[in-house]
Amino acid sequence: MNTPLDPMMPRFLPLQRRIRETADVLSLVAEPLEGEEMPTFLPGQFNMLYAFGVGEVPISISGDPQERGHLVHTIRDVGAVSHALLQLKRNEPLGIRGPFGKPWPLDQARGADILLIAGGIGLAPLRPVIYHLLAQRESYGRIALLYGARNPADLLYHKELERWRRVPDFQVRVTVDHAGREWLGDVGVVTRLLPKIRLDPADTVVMLCGPEIMIRFSTLALLDMGMSTKQLYVSMERNMKCAIGSCGHCQFGPHFICKDGPVFRYDRVEALLKQDEI
Amino acid sequence: METVPKAPVVIAEKALHTLVCELQSAGYRVIGPTLRDQAIIYDEIDSVADLPQGWTDEQQPGSYRVAKRPDMALFGYTVGPHSWKKFLHPPRLRLWQASRTGNEVSFSHDETPSQKYAFLGVRSCELHAIAIQDQVFLQAGHEDVGYRQRRDDSFIIALNCSEAGGTCFCASMKTGPQATNSFDLALTELLSEDRHEFLVEIGSQAGADLMHGIASREASAGDLETAEKLLAQTAANMGRHLDTQGLKERLQENPEHRRWDEVAARCLSCSNCTLVCPTCFCTSVEDTADLAGDTAERWRRWDSCFNGEFSYIHGGSVRSSTKSRYRQWLTHKLAHWVDQFGSSGCVGCGRCISWCPTGIDITEEAAAIGSAASPPEDAS
Ligand SMILES: Cc1cc2nc3c(=O)[nH]c(=O)nc-3n(C[C@H](O)[C@H](O)[C@H](O)COP(=O)(O)OP(=O)(O)OC[C@H]3O[C@@H](n4cnc5c(N)ncnc54)[C@H](O)[C@@H]3O)c2cc1C
Ligand code: SF4
Ligand code: SF4
Ligand code: FES
Repeated sequence: MNTPLDPMMPRFLPLQRRIRETADVLSLVAEPLEGEEMPTFLPGQFNMLYAFGVGEVPISISGDPQERGHLVHTIRDVGAVSHALLQLKRNEPLGIRGPFGKPWPLDQARGADILLIAGGIGLAPLRPVIYHLLAQRESYGRIALLYGARNPADLLYHKELERWRRVPDFQVRVTVDHAGREWLGDVGVVTRLLPKIRLDPADTVVMLCGPEIMIRFSTLALLDMGMSTKQLYVSMERNMKCAIGSCGHCQFGPHFICKDGPVFRYDRVEALLKQDEI
Repeated sequence: METVPKAPVVIAEKALHTLVCELQSAGYRVIGPTLRDQAIIYDEIDSVADLPQGWTDEQQPGSYRVAKRPDMALFGYTVGPHSWKKFLHPPRLRLWQASRTGNEVSFSHDETPSQKYAFLGVRSCELHAIAIQDQVFLQAGHEDVGYRQRRDDSFIIALNCSEAGGTCFCASMKTGPQATNSFDLALTELLSEDRHEFLVEIGSQAGADLMHGIASREASAGDLETAEKLLAQTAANMGRHLDTQGLKERLQENPEHRRWDEVAARCLSCSNCTLVCPTCFCTSVEDTADLAGDTAERWRRWDSCFNGEFSYIHGGSVRSSTKSRYRQWLTHKLAHWVDQFGSSGCVGCGRCISWCPTGIDITEEAAAIGSAASPPEDAS
């Protein structure tokens, strides 16, 4: 096994398991090499995943931060690199650089109510937060998850969603944009679910991850509820080639999303998000 | 680089030849200005004879021309289309090679020893540009190993500018024209009808060691005064000027200024400005494989925020309009850079002005959008 000499050199871990989540999303579970431990990560951090000879893309870590036995990423097949990653078979080498980036503010949020708002694949980077909250339930106030997807078939982590719904003291609401008759849940944008959630707007920390448009309208609705921009945290997405602040691709105004983010307190990016093409 | 306080000396023009030879025998590839294809570029030189002696350049927005000088100055021009980043941060670089056998991947290392460069004629703005790129590539925890090696191995002979070019504004950016530190040696060309000599300041132990083998005399008060006067004259004759007071804030507060639309109408989004800029550092990564898919390479090449794919994320480019790309470039250079790295990203070298095919002038655009004299229009 190689020891990376250079921050641009990946390490390779064998793929242990592939878990089909939806028609175009799989979770890849990698295992540490014999005698080695997985590097630790904080919820919200991401890795650069490399498909041998094809390319490298940023993917959030979607597993349990307490679990040191394996490393999980949930990937949607959208193009060349994600497709190649999802073709990997058991024991084949998955190239990894990381973890990178600033995590969700779990320490600062201790004692407060927590609201997670996820859209589509945006649930993946929030799943480690859910594991953490459930493991340390007594350290937080009320907790809630609002999750929106296009169709019922696009919902990630079905079984876990069911399990989380049954956790007392964890408010889980799922909504879809379009659904057939067999869908018994909510239909419409995630913000429609806000009034159904019990929490103290003055003492809540919100973590949002999803398409930028969802972030825009959700933050507006939250501010309308009387929350301040300092209570909201968003995870941002931009093209990334290095993840170490030197390729310039991920710039978002003065920020490098790879190292100053991807998680930002909303007041730090609010003005930029209101501009087009930043 | 440590500072070695040693009194400046004066050497004759021909001693410069010796200096170049000494560097070569110490294993350095000496890189200096040389005339090629109607421009003064940076490339390996065999001897001082390769320098563009007796040539100068004339620069204006969208225009660069070389011309004969009335004298035999060795450094009587300013900066051309190349910068030292070409050597320290190469346009294309293989980062690694790997091969795969079954499920095992192993990296092979490039065995070629890294090049030791001696840079001859590094202007003050360029010293600042190198220091700025150091901030990018030598970040704690993520140091670029190859860059560190090239940087540590380089020997820098700075040059104090005896003349300012038509697009220079280092005086505004406080990056010149005098080289004040971060060099091994610094030259000032002292040229008049009856003399052709160089004042040499010594900036490091390596510089001092090299000077041992070179015939020199102690600089007189008169020599120092002549050099000082030259520099004062250069500073007073900058082709361009930029008022940086409050510039960062005003640029960051005016993303919707109508001037962005006006400049976008002239900008070709050709990326010339970012390629000639000595501080622009952006790169893209290319991963390739052989046909069988058993060996792979990672290459890094210069990229530019003016390219469409630069900001591509699934679904399209974030910055699809020329306006947004020009705004990214200018705002990054003159404003965001300060937040990111603690200094402006512009050293006032003027290259982007001279090499812009439509003559867009960063100092003019910045003044229109961000100077105290022009209150924000359309502020939103
Ligand atoms: C911090 C971060 C975390 C992410 N986490 C996840 C995750 O957990 N699961 C997941 O499925 N996706 C995630 N993404 C998005 C993922 O990186 C893209 O889907 C992926 O880069 C697409 O690459 P491609 O080659 O398959 O697609 P193509 O559309 O062919 O893309 C071509 C190239 O453009 C760039 N690119 C395209 N889309 C994106 C994008 N959305 N973000 C960044 N670069 C892009 C990449 O360099 C890519 O190689 C994340 C993105 C970021 C920035
Ligand atoms: S922005 Fe233009 S003037 Fe400033 S350092 Fe770059 S090329 Fe030189
Ligand atoms: S101006 Fe553009 S190319 Fe230059 S460093 Fe900034 S983002 Fe990169
Ligand atoms: S991904 Fe390269 S600078 Fe952030």
